[in-house]
Amino acid sequence: MSAEQSLKGRKIIIHDMSLRDGMHAKREQMSIEQMVTIARALDEACVPMIQVTHGAGMGGNSLQHGFAPHSNEEYISAVASKMKQAKISVLLIPGLGTMKELKSAYDCGARSVHVATHCTEADTSPQHIAFARKLGMDTTGFLMMAHLNTPEDLAQQGKLMESYGAQTVYITDSAGYMLPADVKARVAALRAVLKPETEIGFHGHHNMGMGIANSIAAIEEGASRIDASVAGLGAGAGNTPLEVFAAVCERMGIETGCDLFKLMDMAEDIIVPMMDHMVRVDRSSLTLGFAGVYSTFLLHAKRAAERFGVPSRDILVELGRKKMIGGQEDMIVDTAMTMAKERGLLKDAAA
Amino acid sequence: MNRCGCGVDGLLPHVLEDNIQIAFDATSAYVHAENSRKLNELGVMMIDLTPAAIGPLCVPPVNLKAHAEKVEMNVNMISCAGQATIPIVFAVSRIQPVGYGEIVASLASKSIGPGTRANLDEFTYTTSNAIEVVGGARKGKALAIINPAEPPMMMRNTISCLTDDEPDQAKITESVLEMIKEVQKYVPGYRLVNGPLFDGKRVTVFMEVAGLGDYLPKYAGNLDIMTAAATRTAEMFAQEIIAGTIQLKSPEVA
Repeated sequence: MSAEQSLKGRKIIIHDMSLRDGMHAKREQMSIEQMVTIARALDEACVPMIQVTHGAGMGGNSLQHGFAPHSNEEYISAVASKMKQAKISVLLIPGLGTMKELKSAYDCGARSVHVATHCTEADTSPQHIAFARKLGMDTTGFLMMAHLNTPEDLAQQGKLMESYGAQTVYITDSAGYMLPADVKARVAALRAVLKPETEIGFHGHHNMGMGIANSIAAIEEGASRIDASVAGLGAGAGNTPLEVFAAVCERMGIETGCDLFKLMDMAEDIIVPMMDHMVRVDRSSLTLGFAGVYSTFLLHAKRAAERFGVPSRDILVELGRKKMIGGQEDMIVDTAMTMAKERGLLKDAAA
Repeated sequence: MNRCGCGVDGLLPHVLEDNIQIAFDATSAYVHAENSRKLNELGVMMIDLTPAAIGPLCVPPVNLKAHAEKVEMNVNMISCAGQATIPIVFAVSRIQPVGYGEIVASLASKSIGPGTRANLDEFTYTTSNAIEVVGGARKGKALAIINPAEPPMMMRNTISCLTDDEPDQAKITESVLEMIKEVQKYVPGYRLVNGPLFDGKRVTVFMEVAGLGDYLPKYAGNLDIMTAAATRTAEMFAQEIIAGTIQLKSPEVA
């Protein structure tokens, strides 16, 4: 049986990331007006879930991750009050965001949350997952940089999140490193250990151009939730481009419930004109995918490269070698400075 | 050293017998208050390594002397990240006002126990508060990242301060370097990797903490800095007690 036949009639939930991962691509500088315009268009196009926060989620406003012009509460309140059908979600990374901030997002209208940890550190999330469930939120455990863990061990991490109360477990390809076979092995391993009612999701990055192929591979193994961004607006080479993914699903008979032509129009008329740079596979974003580096590091590395005179590709490869993970953006400047010193471009303050 | 698995009650009979005057508590925030009450009653000064923080917060090179002079009967050691970063925040804020202090602690996964993992929010709240109260920043924020790399990475800490006015680069650099020497007296593996880096009103310092590698692996610098700070605190109190400059509150007074 071909894949098209086997997936015909399968229902999946598309979760838009352009107002959260897309914040990274906008250096966290989206205005409330832009957020509301995009969210309304998504709502009109029947996208069922929309994530709205600083790119790093709750507590993201910081020197480490950049300050957005507005608080998460302001963005969420502005968007949530305008939605006819879409549910608003947020991102919470323990160690950065706290339960206090989750409560305040809930009070502003958020009803779903991705509780995110690195793919081996699920046990830092029990209090946040349990608290989200207590609030009655649709609760996801989100295992980032999933290529850095084996399918079997990743499945055990997912099992932990399920035991804390997660209703969905996501495989998150933060580096855009995975190929379809990697995705399939991980979804299958999770499906084998999770309860039948626990859903599986996939969050892709397009750094190797595999966002759509990987999402389809995930669905083939039983994933029912897919993260994507209109026109790919997201970190690195962006997320799985939502309108393209919706078109592929329609051809394959996978039911998303989204209005394809409205999505195409908003990609072209709203998202692309507001991009600061073309979100695409270029030399640097391809380096991320190829070396397995966290996609959000891209713009930080470009800034450090300009400042210290070390090429961004060299910095990204070194970060990959040092096994830096999401959240360690401070180590980009640190690494660039150390490399600049080695190359005689910078003097030591202590010397 | 007396050890037993029966909690503080197992220790109490030894207090008078062995003339114990200073005790460390590394149990948990939930039972610390009761442990402290029982020991304080017997005139024992308490060094709190839990996040309970019922006594004043202590970062040795910043405020230990003041606590000893006041004969505080319970001091709290905040968190490993607090011990590693607050000296630097203070080194900047003693030169000029700091409106915002932010620290990022990267820790080796193998060095983080189940208690910290299950209660990351407490770590965030405690450390953020201490950046303000002890570090001298008007607003503080703490971020923690747990990295599972093999071989395990050394503890790294990045400290950023936003000064109200243009930072005095020479004075701040001098103050930071001097502070690092102070911490190195009790944590030899405390090392400046990069910085101070000046970026408008932002001052950033990149530190590494290597453990001694005696009882624990070198990558567990976060555990070493916590115990070293607690030991430094106990030594200071002990020196003052022996010199007769301070006297712990006797059981009758307590």
